[in-house]
Amino acid sequence: MDVLLQQFFNLDIMAKALPLVLQGLKTTLLICLIVIPMGLIGGVLVALASRSTVRALRVSVTLLVDLMRALPPLVVLILVYSGLPFLGLRISPLTAVVIAFFLNNAAYYGEIIRAGIESVPAGQWEAARSTGLRADQAFTWVILPQGLRNVLPDLVSNTVEVVKLTSLASVVSLQEMLYSADMARSLTFNASPIVLAALIYFALLWPAVRLVSRLEHAAAR
Amino acid sequence: MSEASELSAGGTGTMRPPHPLLDIRGLHKSFGTIEVLKGIDLAVSPGELVFLIGPSGSGKSTLLRCYNRLEEASGGSIWFDGQEVLADRIDINALRRRMGMVFQSFNLYPHMTALGNVTLALRKVLKKPRAEAERIGMAALEGVGLAHKAASYPGELSGGQQQRVAIARASALEPGLMLFDEPTSALDPELVGSVLQAMRDMRAAGMTMLVVSHEMRFAREAADRVVFMDGGVIVEQGPPEQIFGSPRHERTRAFVSEVAR
Amino acid sequence: MDRFLDSFLNAKLIATTWPAILSGLVVTIEIAALVVVTGLLLGLALAMVRWRAGRWFAWPLMLFVDLFRAVPPLVLVLLIFFGLPNVGIELPSFAVLWLVLSLVLAAFAEEIVWAGLIAVKRGQHEAARSTGLTETQTLLYVVLPQALRLAVAPLTNRTIAITKNTALGTVIGVPEIINQATTAVSFSGNATPLLMGAFAYLLLFIPIIGLGRLIESRFAWRRQ
Repeated sequence: MDVLLQQFFNLDIMAKALPLVLQGLKTTLLICLIVIPMGLIGGVLVALASRSTVRALRVSVTLLVDLMRALPPLVVLILVYSGLPFLGLRISPLTAVVIAFFLNNAAYYGEIIRAGIESVPAGQWEAARSTGLRADQAFTWVILPQGLRNVLPDLVSNTVEVVKLTSLASVVSLQEMLYSADMARSLTFNASPIVLAALIYFALLWPAVRLVSRLEHAAAR
Repeated sequence: MSEASELSAGGTGTMRPPHPLLDIRGLHKSFGTIEVLKGIDLAVSPGELVFLIGPSGSGKSTLLRCYNRLEEASGGSIWFDGQEVLADRIDINALRRRMGMVFQSFNLYPHMTALGNVTLALRKVLKKPRAEAERIGMAALEGVGLAHKAASYPGELSGGQQQRVAIARASALEPGLMLFDEPTSALDPELVGSVLQAMRDMRAAGMTMLVVSHEMRFAREAADRVVFMDGGVIVEQGPPEQIFGSPRHERTRAFVSEVAR
Repeated sequence: MDRFLDSFLNAKLIATTWPAILSGLVVTIEIAALVVVTGLLLGLALAMVRWRAGRWFAWPLMLFVDLFRAVPPLVLVLLIFFGLPNVGIELPSFAVLWLVLSLVLAAFAEEIVWAGLIAVKRGQHEAARSTGLTETQTLLYVVLPQALRLAVAPLTNRTIAITKNTALGTVIGVPEIINQATTAVSFSGNATPLLMGAFAYLLLFIPIIGLGRLIESRFAWRRQ
């Protein structure tokens, strides 16, 4: 038991690793701040494109969504990070993360938002248009707010996944929280810094995870 | 867009009194191979209340929805206040806000308060500043007796109240014509009265109205003209006394005696 | 264009690399299958135990479920892989990946199945008990079958998402698809193996996604 505590919950080592891990947390939060809004905006665009009357647009969006459903996010990231240089494009780890996550998140948010839009009754659209609102105005003020609200549990749940996904950035040597914690682990030969990172992820996401459960249980009733 | 506010009844009628506000000629509408409207001619004068009756599936609602192009007509012409509605280059949004529409299922925006519902188009279509939009919106809610419900969401209102908010939403835009698509069909019987009262008030203020409804007693009392449709054509039209009292066509007679029972 | 073909679709490299990619595909399929079986069974078992047990079980279970839903799987993989040897437990990387992903899937599956059970409980439960079925019989014959129908769509999506996490194995040296591909890239200095790896994932997951849609549409009846 003592060995377990020493190896996983060593407070001395955690205290020493804390500044480094917090430095990583900053980068993690920065990535979130970039990829979540981009993903949501991309998702709205994907949802719009998937309902477009232009066939080419619909087909290419379906292709993107199916590709992202089939490919692990880590594979997309490695493809972008290691593949683009072969096209003569040198990109930083952060750029690679932003591009790869944008593709992935736009597809997933897009599917959710599309379902939300489709859940809004047609009468809402007609009522809005009958008062003279243009198509874009009716979408922005009447359809989209209701659609987003109808799929709120899924949106929150996917956002939790997006935050968790940022840990993959460590694989391309972006110094976010997991990278920092793992560095501290290799310096101290002790797993406590990773436990520390896990606890921070848990503290960060636990409220959202609880919220999703409550929203889903409420919806099931 | 600004000329629209002069449209209220009586404002345009002085030069050519019989000039119809709404003039439909030879209107056709098909869904695939099914022809729903088979050539409709109908003119509505300013200030007139026209009632459209007929069995379900006779094309009444479709006809109404062709006027503001929620459905696209397959052929014919629609003139509204001297403008060709079906023209390619028409500003359909400016036109729609001058034809208010009230739906069977209310279609209030559930994520907005009653006042929010009424003011959205005022702000986004007519570009009114928020304060002015809210003033106009409150007046419209006042008009249907619901000023005290301005901050309520549709989910907190009864069906009758929701439909009156929907009427306020349309009338706040000062339309020249109001289209009612079975406004009381989704309501419990005890809630119908308040909606009919709102429509009566609107008529008293001189609004031109086109109403699809099964409220025959209201038609008898308030309509200037009753139009009976069946099978995608207008079978018979005339003042309510004639349609309900001494209909000329067998089909009209059958329908009227059926619903009177 | 020639240069593009040479670095991304190099025929010679395809010929020499495909056995490695194929062996990676086999490893991925093995782990994925194991994870799906253990994860789903464990999740189902937890939900059923929770149904019969009282609050003393619900609270620790909630902690477990929330922990595995909130902490990124890669964090857990590194934690187990680097932590356990220090306390004298040597697990092969394959087993670490299997263990972690199974627990993650179990956590999500328990939550989804439980939500289904709760949704069916009211009415159905009383009706079944009133006909004399025992509590366990009620769960097995009346509530669970309906709950599983409700759970099938979210469960399928979640299972696919977690199965895709087998790619995390590359970080701890599990010789699965992307691990084989990146190794081949660093040996050849050419991106062709990357595309081959991506292609292998498509080969594996597009039929699974199709199957998921099929299951979903078959069980979609009576869902409001």
